[in-house]
Amino acid sequence: MSAIILSAIWGVVMMFGGVFFKKASVPKYWAIAGLIIILAANILEFLGWKFFNIDTKGMLRFDNFGLHFNTVAFFCTLIYFLLNGRDIEKVGKHVSEYFALIFFVLCGVAIASSFKSLLMLFLGIEIMSIPLYILTGSDKPNLKSNEASLKYFLMGAFSTGIMLMGIAFLYGGNSAGSFNIDMMRLGYGYLPDMIAVGLVLLVVSMSFKVSAAPFHFWAPDVYDGAPTVFTSFMATIVKVAGFIAFIRLFQSSFGTMQSQWQMLIVIITAATLLIGNLTAVFQQSVKRMLAYSSIAQAGFMLLALFALNDTAKEGLILYSAAYSLATIGLFAILVRMKDYTIEGFNGLGKTQPVLALTATIFLLSLTGIPLTAGFTAKFYMLLAAVKNGHQFWLVILAVLCAAISAYYYFKVIQAMYFKEPAEDTGHQMDVPPSFKWLLIFTAAIIIILGIVPGLVIDWLYY
Amino acid sequence: MGTYITFPELLLWFPLVTGLIVFFIKEQKNVKAWALFSSLITLVISVVSLCYSDNTKYFSYNYVSYEWLKYIGSNFAVGLDGMGHMLTFLTALSFPIIFAATYKKDYKNANAFFGLMLLSQAGLMGVFVAIDALVFYFFWELALIPVYFLCSRWGGEKRIQATWKFFIYTFVSSLLMLVGIIYVYLQTGPTQFSDHSFSIQAFYTSIISSKDQNWLFWLFFIAFAVKMPVFPFHTWQPDTYEQSPAPVTMVLSGIMVKMGVFAVIRWVLPIFPTAVLKFDNIVIGLSVAGMIYASCIAMVQNDLKRLVAYSSIAHIGLMSAAIFTANTTGMQGVMIQMLNHGINIIALWIVVDIIEKHTGVRKISELGGLALHTPLLAIFFVVIALANIALPLTNAFIGEFAMFTGLYEYNAWYAALAGISIILSAVYTLNMVQKVFYGEDNILTKVVSQVTAKQKIVLTLIVIFIFVLGVYPKPVFDLTNDTVTAVLSRFAK
Repeated sequence: MSAIILSAIWGVVMMFGGVFFKKASVPKYWAIAGLIIILAANILEFLGWKFFNIDTKGMLRFDNFGLHFNTVAFFCTLIYFLLNGRDIEKVGKHVSEYFALIFFVLCGVAIASSFKSLLMLFLGIEIMSIPLYILTGSDKPNLKSNEASLKYFLMGAFSTGIMLMGIAFLYGGNSAGSFNIDMMRLGYGYLPDMIAVGLVLLVVSMSFKVSAAPFHFWAPDVYDGAPTVFTSFMATIVKVAGFIAFIRLFQSSFGTMQSQWQMLIVIITAATLLIGNLTAVFQQSVKRMLAYSSIAQAGFMLLALFALNDTAKEGLILYSAAYSLATIGLFAILVRMKDYTIEGFNGLGKTQPVLALTATIFLLSLTGIPLTAGFTAKFYMLLAAVKNGHQFWLVILAVLCAAISAYYYFKVIQAMYFKEPAEDTGHQMDVPPSFKWLLIFTAAIIIILGIVPGLVIDWLYY
Repeated sequence: MGTYITFPELLLWFPLVTGLIVFFIKEQKNVKAWALFSSLITLVISVVSLCYSDNTKYFSYNYVSYEWLKYIGSNFAVGLDGMGHMLTFLTALSFPIIFAATYKKDYKNANAFFGLMLLSQAGLMGVFVAIDALVFYFFWELALIPVYFLCSRWGGEKRIQATWKFFIYTFVSSLLMLVGIIYVYLQTGPTQFSDHSFSIQAFYTSIISSKDQNWLFWLFFIAFAVKMPVFPFHTWQPDTYEQSPAPVTMVLSGIMVKMGVFAVIRWVLPIFPTAVLKFDNIVIGLSVAGMIYASCIAMVQNDLKRLVAYSSIAHIGLMSAAIFTANTTGMQGVMIQMLNHGINIIALWIVVDIIEKHTGVRKISELGGLALHTPLLAIFFVVIALANIALPLTNAFIGEFAMFTGLYEYNAWYAALAGISIILSAVYTLNMVQKVFYGEDNILTKVVSQVTAKQKIVLTLIVIFIFVLGVYPKPVFDLTNDTVTAVLSRFAK
């Protein structure tokens, strides 16, 4: 509750602050301060100190899972602000509005992670999406950015419509006549037709939101077209929040009749894994490669929806942290590169050893090499999927796709360490020491989570 | 046990910590000295731990376990049995040998090179002491990563492709093994905090239907077969050995290969006994085919490094065949041969490296008459080469003899076929000795000077080792007896 209210308030504060902030560098500090307050309030709520006591009539419930995810998401956003604060300033003139929009997104994230009513799910997802349409188009002189924004908006609006339709079917179809996912009590029987239609529509719209195949076509263009700083935010925190929302929905409302619709998720997962990984192999631009890799990683996260057990929920939170931190770190480095192609990374190990080392750790984590958070996260996903006991081939496919992903992630590592830098560039870039320390800090968290994932997971049992 | 730190932990943490320290040392000279010194300390630790070993108690001593991933039933558990003792000793012994023999070499970014070397040592130690499946998997992959960087950064011309092939082979197969580990894990019984457990005891007592064993066996075995490498999973090996810098080749062929052999004995035989008895024919067939195939290719190799690489495939083939005979003689042969092959092949690489360094070529056809200029090196090389062919009195004879006996007990035809490869091995090894060290000398080989003092010491020690174990192998048999008995007790033959 605190998170929803505070981030909404802070979003408004930032928006009006735009009038008063004289220097472009001021909003950043306000945003960081606000985020720390929200993070602290959320942690306190998790520990049992509630500041706001509002009766939501059961439409929202702040359980451990949701609050815990909020903590992870806000923490990653904090890292994101700290790493990218200066780059957000460079996108355009309306700096404090960008921050305001991000706070609104966070408000949506907090709603989506704690909804109990389908209406709240809809609200949460929409509050998350709409500011993103604006952020995508924030680089106004750039045609690609405008195109991406329009594309994202059209696709997003379309999928929203589908989701609303699905919700309507669910509402009409359940005998309890309720929007509340716990009260629908669909039982163990045969899936009624209306519910089945609603379910399929929801799955489709979810696939849009988390860029799962075959509804992923918007993702590479939008991620590529949007300003790189915002791509980083979109591809990480917003995407994993979508997963959290949908695992809540599917587990509570359809969990009991999983066997009837599991095949749908299986096909989507397999397609996402294959398309994401195979396409990423052929990318020359690191930014586009990361866009496809985010589809591939979504495929791995879909395993949680496939498994739908407690291990999957634990794993999803760990995966959110691992994936978000590594991707945010990589994008933060990418923003500072002049050349986004893989050749642009040639010899980075010599010219910028700290950046190259941390980028290597992020890439190893995304690949899923032990000692990094990426491994433990993937491990939990596989564990959950095998525990589920059905469709074992999907697990094998996921593992093979993880091996394919090594190919494109390691291409960057190879460029950084085993190739000579181009003489003209020499990687002249603006890298203050604080940025380096932050990257090292982020990499350290990834390694610590790789050794003791319990730091994140055990809180669920708190 | 109790409050003080145990040997397996020491063996694991010491190289890890010193390796990390090396990264921060600037001077090339200091880096080398520190690496050599630290590896010697590790050797001392290992020798002390050998003195305290107790071959009557399989795993019940030298065993320590910390809570790690409590809620999914994985503990950070490390321990040493006879086989673990032997292989940690081999690891601890190899690194000072390698560092001393290549002490003269200079590297760009020496701190990173030696840091990664020590990290790979830590990874190897971890594999040999892990007695929790997840911890094992952790180290199994971790041993790979430093080697990947070492080869790709400091290797030969085609290093990137060669190492990449190696990496992909091992990475894919390890991931499949991970799926296998998870599946076996779900068949184990509950612990205090979780429904299942990753501990080795739980794995050994898990009940897996023979149908599941059939495919799980392959998930595990292929991961290990790639590392060994067993035919037909060997194609990464000659390229990688050829392209890697000499010290890394030594680590790869001397110790990494033993990881595969070790892992089959520890994680395949006791867990899937039914499947082992079912597929033993296939594996032994592949191994024997690989032996003959690799020996034939070795005969026509003109490159010294590739020749040694193929001869290694042949030797490993015999080991993997002997493991699957699942009888005491064969298994004991494997145990002692793991140690011997490790030392012998490192010695071979050292000589090859010296030759390459002095003459600048590895082509057998361009060499000749080296014995005229470096008689000492020739003596060393002949002894090592004879040990490589497993002549009596040398250490390898005992191991190969035992393995052949085991294979013969299993099936005489396989033993006969495998015997061909021994004959072939004599042909190509002696041929190599003759062409490289005897015959006419030429411009290249005339300039060869004597070997360095460190190399002399190392090679002398190895030659002594070859003869001592050749005459008196009993300590190794005694040491590993507990593992052999425990593993074979799973087979009700």
